[in-house]
Amino acid sequence: MVEVTLWGALGQLAGGQSKVEVEAKDIRELFRKLAEQYPAFEPLIDRGIAVAIDGTIYRDTWSKELPQGAEIFLMPRLAGG
Amino acid sequence: MNFDPRYSGRNFTSVGTRPIRPDGVDKVTGRARYGADFNMAGQLVGRVLRSPHAHATIRKIDTSKAEKLPGVKAVITAADLPDLTDGDAAMYDILDNCMARTKALYDGHAVAAVAAVDARTARQALKLIVVDYEVLPHVTDVDEAMKHHAPLINDAIFTEGLEEKPVKPSNVTKRSQFGHGDVHQGFGHADFVVERSFKTEQTHQGYIEPHACVASVSSDGTADLWVCTQGHFVYRQHCAQLLGMEASKLRVTSSEIGGGFGGKTHVWAEPVALALSRKAGRPVKLVMTRDEVFRASGPTSATSIDIRIGARKDGTITAAEATLRYSCGPYAGSWAEIGAMTAFACYKLDNVKTVGYEVLVNRPKTAAYRAPSAPMAAFAVESAVDELAKEIGMDPVEFRIRNAAQEGTRSSYGPVYGPIGIGPTLEAARSHPHMKAPLGPNQGRGMACGFWFNFGGQTCTDLNIGMDGSVSLAVGTVDVGGSRASLSLVAAEELGIAYEHVKAIVADTSSLGYNDMTDGSRGTFSSSMATISAARNAIKILRERAAQMWDISVDDVVWEKGHAVARGEKHGNLGKLSLKEIAAASGKTGGPIAGHSELVADGAGVSFATHICDIEVDPETGATRVIRYTVVQDAGKAVHPTYVEGQYQGGAAQGIGWALNEEYIYGKDGRLQNPGFLDYRIPVCSDLPMIDTQILEIPNPNHPYGVRGVGETSIVPPLAAIANAVSNAAGVRMTHIPMSPPRILAAIEAERGG
Repeated sequence: MVEVTLWGALGQLAGGQSKVEVEAKDIRELFRKLAEQYPAFEPLIDRGIAVAIDGTIYRDTWSKELPQGAEIFLMPRLAGG
Repeated sequence: MNFDPRYSGRNFTSVGTRPIRPDGVDKVTGRARYGADFNMAGQLVGRVLRSPHAHATIRKIDTSKAEKLPGVKAVITAADLPDLTDGDAAMYDILDNCMARTKALYDGHAVAAVAAVDARTARQALKLIVVDYEVLPHVTDVDEAMKHHAPLINDAIFTEGLEEKPVKPSNVTKRSQFGHGDVHQGFGHADFVVERSFKTEQTHQGYIEPHACVASVSSDGTADLWVCTQGHFVYRQHCAQLLGMEASKLRVTSSEIGGGFGGKTHVWAEPVALALSRKAGRPVKLVMTRDEVFRASGPTSATSIDIRIGARKDGTITAAEATLRYSCGPYAGSWAEIGAMTAFACYKLDNVKTVGYEVLVNRPKTAAYRAPSAPMAAFAVESAVDELAKEIGMDPVEFRIRNAAQEGTRSSYGPVYGPIGIGPTLEAARSHPHMKAPLGPNQGRGMACGFWFNFGGQTCTDLNIGMDGSVSLAVGTVDVGGSRASLSLVAAEELGIAYEHVKAIVADTSSLGYNDMTDGSRGTFSSSMATISAARNAIKILRERAAQMWDISVDDVVWEKGHAVARGEKHGNLGKLSLKEIAAASGKTGGPIAGHSELVADGAGVSFATHICDIEVDPETGATRVIRYTVVQDAGKAVHPTYVEGQYQGGAAQGIGWALNEEYIYGKDGRLQNPGFLDYRIPVCSDLPMIDTQILEIPNPNHPYGVRGVGETSIVPPLAAIANAVSNAAGVRMTHIPMSPPRILAAIEAERGG
């Protein structure tokens, strides 16, 4: 079980929660479980969500493991110039 | 991906040296081929008809007279680019931006296009196209667009991100919020509070090379596109989707690029050129004029930002708050969201709140511009930080050092930081000789910090070893700032050969797997990771071939400094085999030797910079002169330090232009008044001092060499550093970018009058 912190817009879709607990071993499973638990997340996951694991931002490595006790933070998936 | 990206702390032979750039001779002799330099037999000239109105319904377009003009081979409107986006709202916006469908949404919006045998005929044909417009009220100012009575640009847009679902449509497409703690409580603990409002005007990336492409669609449905772009694979995806083609049938070749800075990450002319070629049955060359580039490509947002920061007497910030309003053009975007995330990222804050509003206006669709959205937020925050330091009576550098984020700090956008470089850049700035240099009359010094995320992305690379032992490196990230040189250094480092024996090229979309854009400062970061991986895969084969040549187990062969070396007592008599010797024998040991890599480069590592600037202000005219400028930035590891310095200097130069002169000026009719370099003034060499640089190297733990992206962060601090310098020189706080002479003079006169 990992604790996941949501940014504002996601938190609103999760009924005002800023943190949720999910049983997931990697980012792929995290997104799948989140979409099951909160169907409103699905379009945002499709649009792109980045996952910060202990401060390192992952945008595309969905195979990245979520270590127990790590800080998991969801962020909008941004682009640069 | 079977590749360990962790930083290894190795010593370098090639990486960190400064060889001559491989593309230099072609560029200085004019041999290099840019977007407009490609030609095909029988090619037609494409031209685009653009809306003269900021906002208008298109009732009807009559192209019949243009079609009958001798020499005209194709005329297209939105009807020739049907909606194939299948509910993808972002792609639909791209389609509508390429060719207006029911409404023209800004001055310069494309409404029709022609392909003719020459430019004269094409221009004549445009004049024969009759568009029946119903002109609508327009709005170009970001604050005006938010007002209730403002003309509505898209009545299907309801603000996202509000606690209660709105019942009325709005020009505000989205509200986003970031932060932690309790700002109300934090301000309660403050002894000093600074509250200010700031504005920044819209600017263009100002790349010297206009958008240009040649499209050739064959009667069998396959097509070629030669184009100036930051991302030919993404252009292929977008063009193929918009034209209903399979991506593999469209081969896109990127030209040399005369600047992009985020502005060449979006398609505008390319789907139009392909549609014209498809209809005409001949190749079509489409080159935007400078006027078109300004009016109808993708400038950055205009912004309006409110800042409030509170601190105790000892200089500790207790609370920080920002409201950021960013213009998006007439289509939804996430520009204020990025501003809201980056605004306070340099600081360790217990109580912080940022709110962003994305605002539709009748201006061109906003595009990325080098660390998009961060410079404007930094301008507002760093101006207020400077003012707060003054009120407390602290040195602005000391104040920032006291409040700087560090490893373990919770960032203002959410996650906790790993190892970061904001503190070291501030320490380096504090001890830099620039900070102690004397100032003359009417001169002021300013400094500011900046933050940018940096990104990685999908990356694919091929490394081929020739029979003579030389190495060809094919990458898919467009070289916008010297990546062919840096990637050649990386290949040389891994293989243990000389840089001169490596030749890097940017491969076309049919020759290599998909690559994301060169954006987010990712070119060298991502492709160096893929190059290291490809080189290691090639080394594995080189060891196998050496083992064959020696007739020993591959487990007994190691790779050292460009040679296979047999390990173990029983192989003591074997000499080394060089890469060249193994390559020469490759035909008899299994054929060509190559290394391939496809990976997702993640963990790019955030980046920080601190800039120092001296400005002289003429109090009689408001004219400014940049006297001295210094950039201090963390590069993780500078692969080719000269190019890194070039990125630092380039960002500062663009920031100087943005801070002092550049702005989109719209008339009351909603039309752009200054779409040319005579009236939109970017800095030239004589406007700039030598920009001094200091590279810090705090390794990124998520790259084998410790590399961080360096391309974007350097444009984040200049607006603020220059504003602080001008404010100190003029004795009045400047709150509106650009600080053009009339604006500075008005501020000085207001201060005198007050």
